[in-house]
Amino acid sequence: MEKTFGDHRPLPGDRGLYEVRFHGRGGQGTVVASVLLAKAAFLEGRGVQAFPFFGVERRGAPVVAYTRIGSGPVRLGGSITNPDALIVMDTSLLVSLKDTWLQGLRPGGHVLLNRPTVPEELRQGSDHHKIRCIDAGSIALRHHLGSPSNPLVNTVILGAFARMTGIVSLEALEEAVRTRVPGQLRENLEALNEAWETVEVS
Amino acid sequence: MTKELLSGNDAVAEGVRLARAEVVAAYPITPQTTIVERLAEMVARHELAAEYIPVESEHSAMAASIGASLTGARAFTATSSQGLALMHEMLHWASGQRVPVVMANVNRALAPPWNIWVDHSDSMAQRDTGWIQLYAETNEEALASVLQAYRVAEDPEVLLPAMVMLDAFVLSHTYMPVDVPSQAAVDSFLPRYQPVARVEPGSMQLFGSFSPPDLTFMEFRRDTALAMDRARQKLLQAGKDYARLVGGEPLGLIDEYRTEDAEIVLLALGSLAAAARDTVDEFRRNGQKVGLARLRSFRPFPEEEIRSLGRKAHSVVVVERAHSFGSGGPVATEVRSALLGLPSPPAVASYIAGLGGREVTPKHLGALVERATKKETPREAWVGVKELVA
Repeated sequence: MEKTFGDHRPLPGDRGLYEVRFHGRGGQGTVVASVLLAKAAFLEGRGVQAFPFFGVERRGAPVVAYTRIGSGPVRLGGSITNPDALIVMDTSLLVSLKDTWLQGLRPGGHVLLNRPTVPEELRQGSDHHKIRCIDAGSIALRHHLGSPSNPLVNTVILGAFARMTGIVSLEALEEAVRTRVPGQLRENLEALNEAWETVEVS
Repeated sequence: MTKELLSGNDAVAEGVRLARAEVVAAYPITPQTTIVERLAEMVARHELAAEYIPVESEHSAMAASIGASLTGARAFTATSSQGLALMHEMLHWASGQRVPVVMANVNRALAPPWNIWVDHSDSMAQRDTGWIQLYAETNEEALASVLQAYRVAEDPEVLLPAMVMLDAFVLSHTYMPVDVPSQAAVDSFLPRYQPVARVEPGSMQLFGSFSPPDLTFMEFRRDTALAMDRARQKLLQAGKDYARLVGGEPLGLIDEYRTEDAEIVLLALGSLAAAARDTVDEFRRNGQKVGLARLRSFRPFPEEEIRSLGRKAHSVVVVERAHSFGSGGPVATEVRSALLGLPSPPAVASYIAGLGGREVTPKHLGALVERATKKETPREAWVGVKELVA
């Protein structure tokens, strides 16, 4: 029997729904990240849904995945056009995504980028978006997750995301990793915790 | 019963494991592949005591499933789209030999143009093969339908193969919470398959024999037709027994939502119904009498249920992900046929939508209901088609 995590705060906004869009590349664990986030929220008793953009997956190719978290059961399917949060697992994608990747993000929405610092052009921000960065590749490699050319950043990213948004607890996320990550459990949990400690909050 | 986070394909594999399938013969095809991958893992880990037969085509997958079923084994396979099309000949063999094979078909468009997304044309084209066809709205229902499909298919008064449909990606690759029943509950609902006749060493019997015009061919066909008619009642009973022994709401041939006083009824299949529920709620908030009838069973077709809806509604708005060229929406055609002869039958609007995975939102469906409120019920209209400039 899996543990359940009962205490959680109300979802941000008044929709009873929190939607996340992930941008990554095939092989980074983007789709798994969307499922892990859903699993953590599910363990906290939320309604959830997680799915990849319905395409043909190839290593290195751009991948989009989605997670819906609801205060009640999530019935509606279909892609997410107005997310509450955006996660960019590989910022080299920002070149090809140009101005489109921020598209549809709700005012006040969260943005998490996998890079050491916030890019100059985003410093001003718009629509009160909360932008945070994490050098996920370095953290992943410190914990021997993936290779220098392809670090496995998904658990690192999720640790940072959980901390900056408070959308799921660290404990639920750790449990989700325990139930769904097939290998290097200790390394993944340590990386997750390091990201949780590292990311700038407020 | 435990709640787990499962994709539609995972849920189907869980259903097959709980059904204690004894033979799985399959060939991979997107977006079905992860069903048979999960099953192969289960067999390798001894979580499922089945013979896993990797075959060289879908035609062979069905042939092997039929052969296995003839020996009295509970057989399973899964496919999609082109794979289902390639199986076509063997689908007739399965129903003709009256083997209760259960198959999951992840609904995907048929090429060309090449497309791997949701579309019901693949299974609608297999309408006349003598297979029971159930369409799932959620992952949990996909799991339940696998178990109910075996129960009905193996009933000695039915003995027909059954297909469980789930929408490509929208269900197959989407993770949702699913109530997974306990093995004990499933065992009480679905005991071991007891074949009426089977191939076995030392016993001489003839299966799939020759039958010239004056012998038994028509009689066999009529038996199949009667068996499919009996499957209606059996499906209702299986839905009730499942709810009692395993859990959840009883599933029937159609699933009605807020139809009690509905003047306009949206009629849809599969995951489109989830969007339609939001549409219905929106109209209800404005005091408009709109409901949803989700067609769960396309074969057997729930004629009586459709007629009883037709006695109350002034319009039935059919939205479907398939088209029969030169005729129209296959579901709308049968809905119209079922309503014939009612004293004042409702108007039937037929919309073709979401082919090849094009997204259909509650807003799109709302616009169709809006038209019905103005008594606009087109004989056939396509939703969201771009006008291409040559």
